[in-house]
Amino acid sequence: MARPANRSVLLGGAILGVVVAVGLLAPVLATSDPSVIDPAARNRKPGAERTVRGDDGRPRGVRHWMGTDSLGRDVYSRVVYGARVSLVVGVTVALVSAAAGLVIGLIAGYVRALDGVVMRVMDGLMAIPGILLAIGLVSLSRAGLRSVILAIVIPEVPRVVRLVRSLVLSIREEPYVEAAVALGARTPALLRRHVVPNTLAPLIVQATFVCASAILLEAILSFLGVGIPPETPTWGNIMAEGRALFRVFPHNILFPGIFLAVTVLAVNMLGDGLRDQLDPRVSRRL
Amino acid sequence: MLPYIGRRLLATIPVMAVVAVVVFSLLRLAAGDPAAIIAGDNATSQDVAAIRARLGLDRPLVEQFAIWVGRVVRGDFGESFFFKKQVSELILDRVEPTLALSVCTLVLTIALAVPLGVLAAWKRGSWIDRAVMGFSVLGFSVPVFVIGYVLIYVFAIELAWLPVQGYQRIGDGVGGFLERLVLPSITLAVVFVALIARITRASVLEVLNADHVRTARAKGLGELPVLLRHVLRNAAVPIVTVIGIGIAVLIGGVVVTESVYGIPGLGRLTVDAVLARDYPTVQAVILVFSVVYVLINLLVDLSYTVLDPRIRY
Repeated sequence: MARPANRSVLLGGAILGVVVAVGLLAPVLATSDPSVIDPAARNRKPGAERTVRGDDGRPRGVRHWMGTDSLGRDVYSRVVYGARVSLVVGVTVALVSAAAGLVIGLIAGYVRALDGVVMRVMDGLMAIPGILLAIGLVSLSRAGLRSVILAIVIPEVPRVVRLVRSLVLSIREEPYVEAAVALGARTPALLRRHVVPNTLAPLIVQATFVCASAILLEAILSFLGVGIPPETPTWGNIMAEGRALFRVFPHNILFPGIFLAVTVLAVNMLGDGLRDQLDPRVSRRL
Repeated sequence: MLPYIGRRLLATIPVMAVVAVVVFSLLRLAAGDPAAIIAGDNATSQDVAAIRARLGLDRPLVEQFAIWVGRVVRGDFGESFFFKKQVSELILDRVEPTLALSVCTLVLTIALAVPLGVLAAWKRGSWIDRAVMGFSVLGFSVPVFVIGYVLIYVFAIELAWLPVQGYQRIGDGVGGFLERLVLPSITLAVVFVALIARITRASVLEVLNADHVRTARAKGLGELPVLLRHVLRNAAVPIVTVIGIGIAVLIGGVVVTESVYGIPGLGRLTVDAVLARDYPTVQAVILVFSVVYVLINLLVDLSYTVLDPRIRY
């Protein structure tokens, strides 16, 4: 931990910092309301400028940096607001999956009687390709942020459980655990003071990769039309809107696509760098 | 060998049981009464009750599950709510495009990723190595549909070399069939190449330092035979394992790629079925894909004994 941060962590972190800032400052950065439909301004090319009447009744010029979609909504403003959804989904899924995976993994690794059952259930969940399970799960309830997050968490948890369990199985054989047991440490204290802290470094790395895959998965769900409805702009549903007129107006897919790819790349770089730095033994999740 | 195959087959039973429970629950947890959905808007309550009895929805849950499993094992997935057709027929209609796309992608991936990975490991630290590693991080990060649209824009719209979208059955002409599969296969292969090239590089690097490789070089064998016969052969087990695991990525990619390119395959069917809340179809497609995934990984496990004769069970 004392080593200086490596290039991958710095670069990934810096890009991610910019994306977070964009998300937080979305109301300041956006040039128009991202959900206002304007039939007079449909399908503008990027850079198109036009005059609108402001709240005070005076006309002002608005430039559509990334053009407008087929409903006349400003793509730039939607992309800027879209950063919020991606980040919220990525971070929430990473935290929830890590927490759930830690608890279930501890149980499987420490309570030997439950190990078999828990791991067979996890194997079964992992046998269903992640995107399909998520698609099946979102179809169960009304589309929205919460159902999308839940639908992404469930396929991600088994991978975390597997990691934590294997860590716990090796940690419990360590001499310091034996020593703590010999000194009369009770199980909760033992887990809290000796086992959990030693799972954290790999868990953080794993959570970063979960975050990247969650951002991608949310975009895929929204792109397919089963994720977050278009009232809330997300990079995925902006692209979904752009599909019909893609041949003429590729910008609706291009700009959110670039933002999405760069953000996921940054998170992956952060994860790769953290892995090298925190624990060189952990192999990349596949 | 035979007892091993038997044990390995037995081990897939609990996995498939969990998959079955999850998939069965999808229909049960879904909002709405399936009988009412099938009966339609103008049905009387007697109609609904009759359908309910016909589908066995009035029986205890465990019994329903048993009946459902019994039917599914015989290939009967029930009737689609939306397409008003047997789900099994629906799936059979859609298998060809998905199979064609998957096989093309798999061939393309292995043809590209394995040589790239070997080259990167062999020239470790060179620009080739850095390019391959850079590509593999990038491949993980760019979403499949963005790659798809960029390729469509460049090769189908700007250059007009290939058709934009669509699918042609292989029976209607091999030329048109292949022409329409080029872009989707490349699209789908990007993430898969990233995955396989990375593991090939790592696996080959480990073997390159082994004593037998030094011996092979010392006896004057050329680099190519060394790489192919002594290195790749020994690096094969992890590569094949990751190809097996990667099938999950491939299946996920199929769903997205078929939507981007308008290919009427199983992936497109999944999305259409979800949008139409057609749960029997959603269930069936998820189940079929999961079974395929589990079976492929079973084959991968069994291939170890062929790839590495030291592995004995």
